[in-house]
Amino acid sequence: MTGLAVEIRDLHVVRGGRRAVDGVTFTVPTGQVTGLLGPSGCGKTSLMRCIVGVQVVEGGTVSVGGIPAGAAELRDRIGYVTQAPSVYDDLTVEENVRFFARVLGVPASEVGRCIAAVDLADHRTQVASRLSGGQLSRVSLAVALLGSPDLLVLDEPTVGLDPVLRRDLWGLFHRLADAGTTVFVSSHVMDEAERCDRLLLMRQGRLLADAAPADLLESTGARSVEHAFLTIVDTVS
Amino acid sequence: MSARILFAVAGRVLTQLRHDHRTAAMLLVLPCLVLTLLWWMFDDRGFGFDNLGPPLLALIPFIVMFLVTSVTTLRERSSGTLERLLAMPTGKLDLLGGYAIAFGLVAAVQSALAVFLSVWVLGLDIAGPVWMLTVVAVADAVLGTALGLFVSAFARTEFQAVQFMPAVVIPQILLCGLFIERALMPPVLEAVSNVLPLSYAVDAMTTVATTSSPGLGGVDGSVWGDLAVVAGFAVVSLALGAATLRRRTA
Repeated sequence: MTGLAVEIRDLHVVRGGRRAVDGVTFTVPTGQVTGLLGPSGCGKTSLMRCIVGVQVVEGGTVSVGGIPAGAAELRDRIGYVTQAPSVYDDLTVEENVRFFARVLGVPASEVGRCIAAVDLADHRTQVASRLSGGQLSRVSLAVALLGSPDLLVLDEPTVGLDPVLRRDLWGLFHRLADAGTTVFVSSHVMDEAERCDRLLLMRQGRLLADAAPADLLESTGARSVEHAFLTIVDTVS
Repeated sequence: MSARILFAVAGRVLTQLRHDHRTAAMLLVLPCLVLTLLWWMFDDRGFGFDNLGPPLLALIPFIVMFLVTSVTTLRERSSGTLERLLAMPTGKLDLLGGYAIAFGLVAAVQSALAVFLSVWVLGLDIAGPVWMLTVVAVADAVLGTALGLFVSAFARTEFQAVQFMPAVVIPQILLCGLFIERALMPPVLEAVSNVLPLSYAVDAMTTVATTSSPGLGGVDGSVWGDLAVVAGFAVVSLALGAATLRRRTA
């Protein structure tokens, strides 16, 4: 596994007539868990869609592993989890994962491995529409893990999950990062920030901070990432 | 295009249908019920079913498949799976072609049942070979699938999607020669009917039902010409449908 670093320069995105991303520049290094934190509607999803190459970009550049984002040769090297689970309601967990495994051309053994990785082995034969919201988002995550992609782009993958499971998934993200994968996770829950190696704080389409959690707390003198966020917003405005 | 992805999509669509017992049953049973109703209407008169049966064998698979597929791209889009598939190495034609293969297979079973019922149970008189009726019916169903997939790319809501039925299908039914022979229509309408694919589908079906020929497949050469037009429309619709899919959206 080589990992794919992401480099974003002066990115502008307009969605629904609104500036969703307004001049953002940063890099996501390989072998780390980088967190994108910010309130709902701050532009996290637009930013992630740019990295995956499904978003129309207004201005700026996005490159993944030195190649422009969205290039054909990147399409089987990026695992992407959208905010709403992108799976087929009327298929079972296993049928869903097997279908995407065929599309990606990865070995059939990957299906069982990825279902186990998100702790859904007991629900393999259950139809997706009968699953809970958290289980459904884990099916979506299992699909993103297929074939051990070099870059994982995860849009709020742990929302609404049981704390134990949330801890396990963050453990998985770190194991993948340790193995060289680039992991880019978004969340609007500030308490997840401490689980990241590096943090990007975002608000109203702009980047507020880019630092390791400990450094962020130190530089702002705040007790928690939430307080740090507020401190920064107050100083900016 | 990738054969692997094409057949993965086709297999997945068939698996979805297998889970949806009601849709699967309706796809297979409804055409038979409609044909039986038609036969019953004309039962005592001794005419009519032989004239209307063949065009309906062309119309029903076309309409059913158009309706079913006109919501498919919409479903893929609203479930987010379209975005996921297009972020993966899926080609646009892999996706639409996979749908066409899956629904083409369903149409083959549907048409075989309808033809079997019409010919052997309801006593439809067929001059040409019976298997050719099935071939024409499958071509019509694939046409319906392709047109449905094409228009479904333009629908943003289910309400819009179902409106394509009166917009695209009903004019073709009116002008296909079922109500008035196409040659007897006002010249302008005849010209319009000449560029609508369903006209060729119905022509092919009627020719197989009313004539036999020592030619290829036991049918007149015009049937193969009509089939080629139907297939051409299907291929062009699929290509246009694929062209309207966008990997990047705003």
